Amino acid sequence: MAEVLVLVDHANGTVRKTTSELLTIARRLGEPSAVFVGDEFDAAKETLAKFGAEKVYRVENADVTDYLVAPQAELLAQLVEKTSAAAVLIPSNSAGKEIAARLAIKTDSGLITDAVDVQAGDGGGVATTQSVFAGSFSVKSTVTKGTPIVTVKPNSATPEEAAGAAADEAFEPTISEGAKGAKVTESKPKEATGRPELTEAAIVVSGGRGTGGDFSPVETFADSLGAAVGASRAAVDAGWYPHTSQVGQTGKQVSPQLYVACGISGAIQHRAGMQTSKTIIAINKDEEAPIFELVDFGVVGDLFKVLPQATEAVNASKG
Amino acid sequence: MNIVVCVKYVPDAQSDRTFNESDNTTDRVGVDGLLSELDEYAVEEALKLVEAGEGEVTVVTVGPDQAADALKKALQMGADKAVHVKDDAIHGSDAVATSLVLAEAIKKIGSPDLVITGMASTDGTMSVVPAMLAERLGLPQVTFASELSIDGSTVTIRRDGDAASETIVATLPALVSVTDQINEPRFPSFKGIMAAKKKPVEEWALADLGVDASQVGLEAAWSKVESFTKRPPREQGQIVTDDGDGGTKLAEFLYAQKFV
Ligand SMILES: Cc1cc2nc3c(=O)[nH]c(=O)nc-3n(C[C@H](O)[C@H](O)[C@H](O)COP(=O)(O)OP(=O)(O)OC[C@H]3O[C@@H](n4cnc5c(N)ncnc54)[C@H](O)[C@@H]3O)c2cc1C
Repeated sequence: MAEVLVLVDHANGTVRKTTSELLTIARRLGEPSAVFVGDEFDAAKETLAKFGAEKVYRVENADVTDYLVAPQAELLAQLVEKTSAAAVLIPSNSAGKEIAARLAIKTDSGLITDAVDVQAGDGGGVATTQSVFAGSFSVKSTVTKGTPIVTVKPNSATPEEAAGAAADEAFEPTISEGAKGAKVTESKPKEATGRPELTEAAIVVSGGRGTGGDFSPVETFADSLGAAVGASRAAVDAGWYPHTSQVGQTGKQVSPQLYVACGISGAIQHRAGMQTSKTIIAINKDEEAPIFELVDFGVVGDLFKVLPQATEAVNASKG
Repeated sequence: MNIVVCVKYVPDAQSDRTFNESDNTTDRVGVDGLLSELDEYAVEEALKLVEAGEGEVTVVTVGPDQAADALKKALQMGADKAVHVKDDAIHGSDAVATSLVLAEAIKKIGSPDLVITGMASTDGTMSVVPAMLAERLGLPQVTFASELSIDGSTVTIRRDGDAASETIVATLPALVSVTDQINEPRFPSFKGIMAAKKKPVEEWALADLGVDASQVGLEAAWSKVESFTKRPPREQGQIVTDDGDGGTKLAEFLYAQKFV
């Protein structure tokens, strides 16, 4: 069976859930081969094996880890050639999309970004589904040239376990001078919140201008549900919440099982980041707020009254 | 410092966006359009850099006749000249072909020190044109800059990542995409509007760029839209007014839906 390359997303060897999703999808298309960049493979091996990686190409090369994006595209292009891969799957985060874009040009291959579903195509190749125009259209596409390169959004598949050998092989790429143009010179880590990552979370609770700058009821409610916390741009612009938590057209696009909008009016740019969520709830004191057009359940009321009461009820039900 | 800014004419996000029934491409003709809001930040940043030193800002777009409006806006803001690549063959081009046309246009404009783009277009979901363009021009690319400064032969940007706030240094020439956090785009002044009328707008066809029509357009696309479906609008669910038990009702809904 042809190999399907999966670029592993990990933090110091801890494999992110999106990678188990990609490995699950890869099994529909061929035999999953993980591509692991970094020197913490030992920590990752178990997870990669559990979700069916038959092979792992291990890349421990300082040029790849030191410079942004371009070296990863070069190494993947070299692996595509070496393995005659049937497809390449890459997580749909911003770096992933840039790597995929460069890889597509290097290998003369068709690219699909932000897929929400990937299946084997009739007669080979891939059949992908994307959600476009702020989720108002669903588009099915195929790749017609080269090696299909697909970036896949988080939560696009339920990770299924399937034992793989995860046989590792060191791969030494050749990195050109031209690829060493951009380098991270300083990195200030964000404070850990202990909450799930916004784009990966099953539940997201967001606050907007209606919080008046006090996010505590939003955070406490989120914690009762084990949710991630998001924010509207108004809240971010006011300096109440970090930009990385912004949901919307110029922030994160999220598609959780449940999205709760608190004190958010529902501007089109905000909707662009959340309207593909499975279930939507809004709490807003203005019954005319456009967010209510989208909701499965809405409460017209003051979030400072509604959220604490709901938090208490949720915590009570957990006993 | 010579800067090229890539701008895009897009359907207005507030109006209904749709596909052409005949060939599954984005309908860019039947709806109101404008300069992509996100590209205004790119134009503004270029203007600031040139105003602080010297050089020229050229804006370039690939698109139908109406795309001239996007260029006009950028010239009114203060860009020095504009290039409009238009050719019937381009209709339906994907990011791969668009990046090819842009790359050739930028080569013809002359080798800029910096290419700036917006963080994404407000219409297509593909934010990959900048990366493809950088690959084709052999440039390093630094995306999502929320601060930018030039120091001799390097560009330094700050970007707000998920796990960390990063400082990234790239050697010039480079391609940078900027976010909506980077500046506050100016409104064209009356003077700017008048001055724009006299600024040069070059119109280039594919032949001027040495690009063959077979390399662009729907037929040349490396991926193909097989079908599209409009999602049914979300049906409004249950709305309750808080009479002192709104939170409890909310929790009951969560319980019934098995979220707790
Ligand atoms: C280029 C561009 C990109 C953009 N990108 C984004 C983006 O990515 N994400 C984004 O969110 N926005 C984005 N915006 C901004 C967007 O247009 C809106 O301005 C923004 O979403 C409004 O945020 P909000 O809903 O929090 O504030 P508002 O629109 O002011 O709404 C606040 C709401 O809170 C309610 N409220 C007030 N007090 C209470 C209370 N005590 N209890 C309950 N409800 C209360 C009010 O009734 C109101 O509906 C963008 C705009 C532009 C031009």
